[in-house]
Amino acid sequence: MNKSRRSFLKVAGLSVFALTGGLAARAAMPGAAGAGIAPGGYAKGEKALRAGRWAMVIDTRKFAGPEDYEPLAEACRAAHNVPRIPDAQNVKWFWADSYEHCFPDDMNAYPDDKTRARAYPLLCNHCANPPCVRVCPTQATYKTEDGIVAMDYHRCIGCRFCMAGCPYGARSFNFKDPRKFLPSPPPNPDFPTRMIGVVEKCTFCAERLAAGKMPACVEASDGRVLFGDLEDAGSNVRRALAADFSIRRKPSLGTQPGVYYLI
Amino acid sequence: MLEKLLSASRAYYVWLGFLLCLIAGCGLAYWQQLRTGLSITGMSRDVSWGLYISQFTYFVGVAASAVMLVLPAYFHHYKKFKRMIILGEFMAVAAVVMCALFIVVDLGQPQRMLNVMLHPSPNSVMFYDMLVLIGYLALNIVIGWVTLEAERLGVEPPKWIKPLIYLSILWAFSIHTVTAFLYAGIPGRHYWLTAIMAARFLSSAFCSGPAILLLLVFLVRRLTGFEPGKDAVRTLATIIVYAMCVNVFFYALELFTAFYSQIPGHAEPIVFLFAGHDGHLAWVSYWMWAAAVMAFISLALLIPPSSRDNPALLPFALVLLVAATWIDKGLGLLVGGFTPNMYETVTPYMPTAREIIVALGVYAIGALVLSLLWKIALDVKREVGNFSG
Amino acid sequence: MYNAKAVIAGILVFAVLGTAPFWAGMTGKEYRSTGIIPPKDEKSCIENAEFMRAEHMRLLNEWRDEALRGENRVYAASGGKKWNISLQNTCLKCHSNHEEFCDRCHTANSVYPYCWTCHILPGESK
Repeated sequence: MNKSRRSFLKVAGLSVFALTGGLAARAAMPGAAGAGIAPGGYAKGEKALRAGRWAMVIDTRKFAGPEDYEPLAEACRAAHNVPRIPDAQNVKWFWADSYEHCFPDDMNAYPDDKTRARAYPLLCNHCANPPCVRVCPTQATYKTEDGIVAMDYHRCIGCRFCMAGCPYGARSFNFKDPRKFLPSPPPNPDFPTRMIGVVEKCTFCAERLAAGKMPACVEASDGRVLFGDLEDAGSNVRRALAADFSIRRKPSLGTQPGVYYLI
Repeated sequence: MLEKLLSASRAYYVWLGFLLCLIAGCGLAYWQQLRTGLSITGMSRDVSWGLYISQFTYFVGVAASAVMLVLPAYFHHYKKFKRMIILGEFMAVAAVVMCALFIVVDLGQPQRMLNVMLHPSPNSVMFYDMLVLIGYLALNIVIGWVTLEAERLGVEPPKWIKPLIYLSILWAFSIHTVTAFLYAGIPGRHYWLTAIMAARFLSSAFCSGPAILLLLVFLVRRLTGFEPGKDAVRTLATIIVYAMCVNVFFYALELFTAFYSQIPGHAEPIVFLFAGHDGHLAWVSYWMWAAAVMAFISLALLIPPSSRDNPALLPFALVLLVAATWIDKGLGLLVGGFTPNMYETVTPYMPTAREIIVALGVYAIGALVLSLLWKIALDVKREVGNFSG
Repeated sequence: MYNAKAVIAGILVFAVLGTAPFWAGMTGKEYRSTGIIPPKDEKSCIENAEFMRAEHMRLLNEWRDEALRGENRVYAASGGKKWNISLQNTCLKCHSNHEEFCDRCHTANSVYPYCWTCHILPGESK
């Protein structure tokens, strides 16, 4: 090959590389990609409920079988357009399971019959130290200042590292188009659905809190599920935790779950 | 040097044509996956990674294994590897290409994959994995190409390539260490949460990668008459057997910790892999036992120098070794990591036919890249008389 | 270089053709509507029409990040009016006919955003 042509190609290749590299670096700079485009300003909603760290306390003594949790699960599905998919590639935000599956650490070999027989609800624990957030390669899942572990479905690339990372099995991947498993129009026309190929999970109803409402499952629980600020010593959740014995799922992993179970 | 691809035998072009047809055919399965999502795979809510990620993991090891030729040749001036080294480097290139593709086919939203660069997340191991893989690919392309060009011109490679070669040696260790960190840093997955994961990965890579290389070189010797050098083969076989011994030893360490401590979480995935659950063997159990048996047969054949140097037995032993390591890392690792699941129950996973076809397509692309690069390398060697004898 | 004239001429032609859309864009033309029909009951959008036309996609990105990540779900427009940040519940309340508004312009400009795979369109039913 002719020498000068080859060196031309080398230079051309290198400049293309440098150019694209430079563009990528600019896009990577925080704030460079069109931040501050709006002439107006941003604020929190006036009705928005705020907390240092949102947490949930479930009085499991007031529930029996899984059917007792069904109204809560249904409220969740209706509020967030969560589909019911009848196989292992399903999507679950809030569901009930047995004592052994919920608390596999086997803390007491001989719990009383009632405790063993009851069903327990499972949902995202909104950990203070969430492994899913740690492993996400795009910050599609992140923690808000209220302590909610939230998802940005627009950014999720569907790598499912967060699902491997979550010790609670709280995350679902949209293997299938969720709209095919929802009525049309979906139950809640004010909330989006998800699309194929992204991960989703319970959001502690961040969108309802922003509008001054309690989470859908809490509202449907007739006071059996408490929701409040864990960092406020006088809050309903702190008082409930101070008054009764409670456990959390897999506490030894150091994730500091924000969902407590009164036993 | 690309012009070497324009003058080849008919059989070579038929082979390339076959690979292209295979890639196109498997591409149809991927096309379907793009349209209907990962529902075409056997993965589920509880087993959220499967064949794709396990193949990714295995081929990162194959890529890293080039260092088993580069390190003796450049750190210890073991000249006899010089003839084969380019094949190792080009195999690493093909393997990294496969790794990247296995990640892409595993993504739910592949058109968004550049988000990993647009929103760099230093807290995520996957971010570093992307960096080290891209870096390793670039290093091996540059080093392979430049040294091959120098060989062709009959001159010493330029001086600036030396630091890159030394860097590539460290880099090879880093790619597989970072890949192990994808798994070993996850709380709650007992089978993966082990400090020895990276060491296991490296030992498994350093026996399986060179074994694959040797098998391919034997094939090329049969097809073209390329002679890698008897001593080089013997040395590489010795490296392979040491690495395999370490690999088996490391797995035994896992078994000791799990079963002597008797902590249920540590033992359960291993029990599942080898004994299934509720008295029923899982399909993977048969594979795991086969892997264990093959690992020991391969060691029995490879450890005595007499059978290791036997040209008829060596390929056989290497095939067993590759199969055993592939089952351990390319199958058991993922299944054991996700079973039992987070509720201590069993959700079975078995790759679907279409999932296997997509993976086969990636294999075919790897074979294509390897065929192209090795053809160039071997023709250059033939041209400068560094080919046979 | 072999065939230097042909190669250089070829490169030049390629460079001109490759960058043609930029030159065409720079030669400056008046804005020409793609025939979108804005909502009839409203006089103005949250910001002026020129800004919205040019920047609505970036504004939506910024809204998304502010609302989801910063928990700032209210936008105080430069005119002083406050808006709830929501594509589905604010934008689409006025722009309720996406075929005549969104799609017409997007199609004319060959952009195909996939907002509606998740965000529910008004009166949507399959």
